[in-house]
Amino acid sequence: MLNFATRRFGLSLLILFVAVTVMFLMIRAVPGDPVQIMLGPRATPELQAQLTAALGLDQPIWKQLLIFYGNLLQGDLGTDVFSGRAVTDIVFQQLPYTLELIFASILWSATLGIGLGAYAAAHPNTLIDRIAAAISVSFVAAPAFVVALLALLVFAVHLQWFPAIGAGDGFLDRLDHLVLPAFAIGLSWVGYIARLVRASMLEVMGESHVRTARAFGIAERRVVMVYALRIAILPVVTVIGVGMGFLLSSAVFAEIVFARPGLGKLVIDSITTRNYPIVMGSVLISTALFVVSTALADLINALLDPRARTAH
Amino acid sequence: MTETLLEIDHLSVDYETGRGDLKALRDITFNVNKGEIVGIVGESGCGKSTLISSILRLTAPNTRFREGEIRFKGQDLLQASDRQMRDLRGADISIVFQDPMQTHNPVLTIGQQMLDIQHRSKQSKADKLAHAAKMLGAVGIPDPEARLKQYPHEFSGGMRQRIAIAMALMSEPDLLIADEPTTALDATLEVQIIERLQELQREFHCAILFISHHLGVIAELCDRVVVMYAGAVVESGEVREIFHDPKHPYTRRLIECDPGHIKERARVLPTIPGEVPDLANLPGGCIFRDRCDQAMARCATDVPPLDQLKEGHHAACWLNHEEVTT
Ligand SMILES: Nc1ncnc2c1ncn2[C@@H]1O[C@H](COP(=O)(O)OP(=O)(O)OP(=O)(O)O)[C@@H](O)[C@H]1O
Ligand code: SF4
Ligand SMILES: [Mg+2]
Repeated sequence: MLNFATRRFGLSLLILFVAVTVMFLMIRAVPGDPVQIMLGPRATPELQAQLTAALGLDQPIWKQLLIFYGNLLQGDLGTDVFSGRAVTDIVFQQLPYTLELIFASILWSATLGIGLGAYAAAHPNTLIDRIAAAISVSFVAAPAFVVALLALLVFAVHLQWFPAIGAGDGFLDRLDHLVLPAFAIGLSWVGYIARLVRASMLEVMGESHVRTARAFGIAERRVVMVYALRIAILPVVTVIGVGMGFLLSSAVFAEIVFARPGLGKLVIDSITTRNYPIVMGSVLISTALFVVSTALADLINALLDPRARTAH
Repeated sequence: MTETLLEIDHLSVDYETGRGDLKALRDITFNVNKGEIVGIVGESGCGKSTLISSILRLTAPNTRFREGEIRFKGQDLLQASDRQMRDLRGADISIVFQDPMQTHNPVLTIGQQMLDIQHRSKQSKADKLAHAAKMLGAVGIPDPEARLKQYPHEFSGGMRQRIAIAMALMSEPDLLIADEPTTALDATLEVQIIERLQELQREFHCAILFISHHLGVIAELCDRVVVMYAGAVVESGEVREIFHDPKHPYTRRLIECDPGHIKERARVLPTIPGEVPDLANLPGGCIFRDRCDQAMARCATDVPPLDQLKEGHHAACWLNHEEVTT
């Protein structure tokens, strides 16, 4: 197990390195002179030269990359071009908002999706199974930003059940502000996870070891919940881990629609202003989040499935 | 003395499929008495697994029980409630399923699974684990306490087969059903398992319904044998009778190909030329006709009934009818 974890960690670092390097090069390939955009058309050439030097943009690109990694190893992501604050401060200030949003979205959608899928699989082709399938399909088809806008209109503006904008202060208020955005992000996942669990569950229920469990008179509830479900949710764990990238992009929409602080909003804002250090910092953290979540999914799978521990 | 435990009475079972009903079992009749070992032999696909899964009603969802009864201690299991069936499973009747590599749950330890199947016992967890370790020891698994903490994939096929046997015997059932428990094993292991089964049978006095491809094993272990062909019983009787004086051409061919020595085994059941009839589209007359070298005109038109030829010896072949032989 330990061995497995170490190898998985090494792999994560490698993925992170590659992704960040590619991102670093890509953002420099965006057309238009960043310094001009940042300073506006009326800036003096001296001012432009000064900023170019401050950002290190006068250096060859490989040197810029080296400097970036050199600073990164010391925990330094540079400073905000406009406010002069450390990028790490700004990013880590926004991070919790995005994390709580994503976590809440996964939590409610996975719980409901797994429950729905397992129930449907235990009662295949019944009316409830069909209703669940219909709900799943319509949920899967619902894009997060559309759901976010509708939820905002119906539940915040019209019914006024939940607050429309911001992230709130204090535990209960924050929770209250989480409901609508988490609902918007999670909704399509409910359907997706339910369908995944149902299919995977039906397959597992047909396997011989389930028949063995029944042949010993083990209660049907235990057969379904322990003997079958534990195997059937393995693919769900992987899908959620890998789906982190998708969740992050949904979070961007939700943060914009609900005017919530968060990483997504930060990235969008800083890209439009070509605030390179902030963009790189947020991208680095988002990528790290993605890498950590896939690694975490693999570790959870290894904990749930003894075969995965030795297979690697 | 001979008290009947299990009676299969004119049982017919179909599988519903896309190309119509597959008549997997037709008019199966035989008994298993208390403490007796009965063997079932027949080629792949003749319905052996369907038969034993039917006894515990653990067949695939597309199974239809068309006719007949399965009586256990007088009670018809096909009419029993789900609750009654659950109470029998793993208590009065235990099964060792065919494929040892798929039979255990891959994500639970063997110890956990052996604990779970003792759900009816009021003992403490420690006592249950001790019981499990003792049973593993009894089927020849070395260092059983430590191995309870391991997962199925950490055992070889032969060991998993023995674990399955240990689990089935744990509740001291009245009837143990074993579906080809030695097919996955090599010859030496097979002999060991057979000997172990005989010892255990003497110890626990359970009846055993033993399914095999291998006549040698049947000859060694069983009191009586049922020969199946394409979903029907073609001959049944005492092992000695059947080996000495087979009354059905199919049985004779089986014996010619596999003379019944446990140590020189035929890897697969001997191949007899000709094809098994399509179960979804059965021809009239004798089902063995296409492969029988003694077939007569009558065999093409009339189905031979399973007749009692001697006390306890049945066969379904027109050759045994006097009008023909004289
Ligand atoms: N669920 C099912 N649906 C349709 N046909 C089935 C199903 N299960 C088994 N069959 C068919 O029924 C027949 C009997 O199968 P069964 O598994 O009982 O044979 P078997 O004697 O146990 O064979 P083997 O020695 O290979 O284990 C075969 O033709 C098989 O293909
Ligand atoms: S009934 Fe006829 S075809 Fe069938 S086994 Fe006997 S002799 Fe052969
Ligand atoms: Mg079989």
